[in-house]
Amino acid sequence: MTKSELIEQIASQLTDLPVKDVELAVKLILEQMTDALAQGGRVEIRGFGSFSLHYREPRTGRNPKTGEQVALVGKYVPHFKPGKELREMVDQAAKTAPTRRPHINPHLRLV
Amino acid sequence: MGSLTKAELAERLHQDLYLPKRDAKLLVETFFAEIRECLRCNEQVKLSGFGNFDLRDKGERPGRNPKTGEEIPISARRVVTFKPGQKLKQKVEKFKGDTQ
Repeated sequence: MTKSELIEQIASQLTDLPVKDVELAVKLILEQMTDALAQGGRVEIRGFGSFSLHYREPRTGRNPKTGEQVALVGKYVPHFKPGKELREMVDQAAKTAPTRRPHINPHLRLV
Repeated sequence: MGSLTKAELAERLHQDLYLPKRDAKLLVETFFAEIRECLRCNEQVKLSGFGNFDLRDKGERPGRNPKTGEEIPISARRVVTFKPGQKLKQKVEKFKGDTQ
């Protein structure tokens, strides 16, 4: 599922909201999460999971093309830890018969 | 700094997009519920700029009870992994932590 398919799925459930609003909302949700992490914060979504930053120590890397050594500074990388509900839901689904829900493919057109 | 939660996400939708609070809350709930539902159906979720949620089927492997040292197998399972997108990685990289 892509971002635009997610927008369609949400809009198909919240039928009294204009698709344009759903689109703006999805973008704003992602922007807020990105900004929180960019400022060193955490995102905690109950039932889904949490996003935080993990620190990567400075290290000496190599340019894969030239083999030349490069000093890499320490940096932060985003990290996601799935919440209990998501973890159990996904694992449970794997253990029972896999059910793929019908998906609307926006690229499919009737001819 | 506190954590960003569903309540705050909804509050911003209310303030910036003038969505009624009830709709804003419903939208945030539906956003995460839809991603979860997709992952439950073993389907990857790709949110360009932010990142991808992928699924991995892991086989059984030997594990240990960290307290007792007792050997217990870790059963086969399906797990969710997150691969941050380029834009998110770049923004986060610029953060110069004040704690570490």
